[in-house]
Amino acid sequence: MHPDPRPLVLSLAGITKRFGPLVANDAIDLDVRAGEIVALLGENGAGKTTLMSILFGHYVADEGEVFVAGADGRLAPLPGGSAEAALQAGIGMVHQHFALAENLTGLENILLGTMPLWKLSLGRRAARARIEALMVESGLQADIDTPVGRLSVGEQQRIEILKALYRNVRVLILDEPTAVLTPQEADGLFATVRRLAEKGLAVIFISHKLHEVLALCERVVVLRGGAKVADRPTAGADRAMLAELMIGRAIPARERVPGAPGAAVLRLAGVYVGRPGERDRLEHAGLEVRSGEIVGIAGVSGNGQGALAALVAGLAAARAGRVEIAGEAVTGADPLARLRAGVGRIPEDRHRDGTIGGLTIAENYVLETIGAPENQRGGLVRRAEIRARASAAIKAYDVRCPGPDAAIRSLSGGNMQKVVLARVLERAPKLVLAHQPTRGLDIGATTDVHRRLLAARARGAGVLLISEDLDELFALSDRIAVIHAGHLSAAMPTDGLDVRTVGLMMAGHGLEDAA
Amino acid sequence: MIRFVPRERTPVWLSLAVSIGAGCAALLLTMIPLALSGAPVFSAFALMAEGAAGSGFALAETLTRATPLIFTGLAAAVAFRAKLWNIGAEGQLYAGALAAVAIGAGAITAPPYLLVPLVLIGAAAAGAMLLLLPVLFKTRFGADEVVVTLLMNFVVLLFVQMMLEGPMKDEMALGWPQSAPLVDEATLPKLFEGLRLHSGLILALACAVGLHVFITRTVWGFRIRAVGENARAARYAGLPVGLSMALVGAISGGLAGLAGASEVAGLKGYLTADLSPGFGYAGIVVATLANLSPLGVVPAAIFVAGVFVGADSMSRAIGVSNYLADLVVSFALLCVLVGGLVTRFRIVYVRRSAA
Repeated sequence: MHPDPRPLVLSLAGITKRFGPLVANDAIDLDVRAGEIVALLGENGAGKTTLMSILFGHYVADEGEVFVAGADGRLAPLPGGSAEAALQAGIGMVHQHFALAENLTGLENILLGTMPLWKLSLGRRAARARIEALMVESGLQADIDTPVGRLSVGEQQRIEILKALYRNVRVLILDEPTAVLTPQEADGLFATVRRLAEKGLAVIFISHKLHEVLALCERVVVLRGGAKVADRPTAGADRAMLAELMIGRAIPARERVPGAPGAAVLRLAGVYVGRPGERDRLEHAGLEVRSGEIVGIAGVSGNGQGALAALVAGLAAARAGRVEIAGEAVTGADPLARLRAGVGRIPEDRHRDGTIGGLTIAENYVLETIGAPENQRGGLVRRAEIRARASAAIKAYDVRCPGPDAAIRSLSGGNMQKVVLARVLERAPKLVLAHQPTRGLDIGATTDVHRRLLAARARGAGVLLISEDLDELFALSDRIAVIHAGHLSAAMPTDGLDVRTVGLMMAGHGLEDAA
Repeated sequence: MIRFVPRERTPVWLSLAVSIGAGCAALLLTMIPLALSGAPVFSAFALMAEGAAGSGFALAETLTRATPLIFTGLAAAVAFRAKLWNIGAEGQLYAGALAAVAIGAGAITAPPYLLVPLVLIGAAAAGAMLLLLPVLFKTRFGADEVVVTLLMNFVVLLFVQMMLEGPMKDEMALGWPQSAPLVDEATLPKLFEGLRLHSGLILALACAVGLHVFITRTVWGFRIRAVGENARAARYAGLPVGLSMALVGAISGGLAGLAGASEVAGLKGYLTADLSPGFGYAGIVVATLANLSPLGVVPAAIFVAGVFVGADSMSRAIGVSNYLADLVVSFALLCVLVGGLVTRFRIVYVRRSAA
């Protein structure tokens, strides 16, 4: 083995951070060289965020030090506890949730914080020239004259990266950058990142999507339970191996077992939702989900999935056409009526729609059924009864929490989703709407959600799975339909279906023929 | 360096400590202007304490003053819990008082056990109606309830003045703009002979307990808490969001209306346009001091009332302006708001590393 000739730009030595009895980072070493793309892989709670927060001065390490290369290439210790020092040392980070002022243009966002307070003019012309040069150099094209709130998510992300580049970063940290992107946009991002790395930028890529790590990064560092468990080249590694390193046990590969479909539980015929001008709408949609099968909906985000989910969940009504749930025609937008018709709904955004942060786990567990006799008597909430059942559900669904009286906002995303699953599936719904059920979850939690959906199917429920993750759709669905610009294709059997075909249909090709 | 880490849950003792600490801190802060004005600081405070609770009479005065504050404090607490920003308790109080006079000043002849409940129900209904309108505007058209309820205070007050100058004016009152007095059957009985303290206090305490039970134990209380915390998720879960809001509006407005009825039927006996020295607005302070807890509203209202009564008595004794009371209450509000930082965040000291 030849030693790597590229100079070190960042070196973390023996970083340890404790929160009370919890060791969030346990003597972690991490070296990053110029031009290197390193993956930082780990489940939620593995210590990725803590490590990066120490690098950024949000936390101070209990032990260990951070060294950053200065302008002369020599490593010097970075003072802890100062975000300013990290920025000045050339460390930049693009967070999963962007830090952009939505009412300012891209140009203004990039300049934000780089100008001294006493300067009256922003020096826009010079700045624009530099940004445009950066765009050419990096291949990151973005509209910098429109308020960023009106830009697509992909474009906002490009502006975030430009913002970092404008500050002359030498180490760029990308935190789950593809979580918000379509597959095509993700490919574009990877090309950009590679190009930036070729020019000498060091990139730390935080992710839990294994195929992305393997495709993009040359080295992968795996954290588990706060400790570094692997630091190796991606060459020669495969997904099963990384997954095992990440969660500490082997994940059994699951063969797709076909379901046993019965009678239709959801039938759409010629359904229109939303106004014609809107992007997220349904146009003459037809679909059938039968009991005992999972029907997947593939599509680039914002092509009508929201309208479809809202229709099934009871938040929106069909403007025209016929909607049948379990054989009964439904009209109007009434979530309660959908619940009574036997629909279990797993919403896309569990923080916004799925849970009420300030209420307890037990209260969230009975949110949809609080009026039912098992939860109230004469208008009084049966608290002991509810706590007992919530405790049972916590056990059955393996929710990691202090107990049924903990505020649900204190739970991690995966555990929060388990509470939602318990609420939805315990009622044995005839139709399950699962809208992006694993978004933002780690492998362990994702596997769990998949297992639960398959169990619901085995029990005889029909599942409508709306997802942007093609792997997930192909792994679970019996049939897959593609949605594009409000048009829904016919559902095609997953067996014999080609990912490429679906990808083309997601881009709008051949949808008319299929439909 | 200090960092603020969000708390997952606020322990009850901490909320309590913050409220009590804020009251104490407010008194300490008040010492500064008191000392600057050259007044004897400690004897001033001693006089204030004596005036507020130094005798049975003083205590009764404080509790009399606290009675409307408990009602308006509860009105603010229940509304704010559901994120319905009702700033109109003052107007709802006057609407309640007006209804009490309309029913109880001779229009209806009935024995007390019928007339008193009728007066109270009428007042609560008037207050509730007055708040249901802004709630309807909010849920239907997205109108901001802060603006609507705030402005309606002035409308109601002017309406009351018009009624007192016109149709409801007492011809026997030598030209003063005041209503005819309530008949004896409509008045709330006094609690003790020779004191102003009246049974409105009992009603207020019952309301506090009732509201506490309602919010924590009933299905509708559950729905209201859910809607207040996250209306979107509540709607998704099929909870009746609009109806919950309307219910909150009816309860909040009704409680403020009861404040007016209690003042007219328990204390004053008739209605004037200066019935309330800002009880509606002070209710917001009381609710905030109580951290929006219905049970906490009771001590918070007694504290605020005590400060006002004590300051009145002190100013008579040593000639310091009784605006001092406003100062203490304002300081207390500010201290509670600062204290909110402690209840919502853990404060963590971070030592900078040696490097």
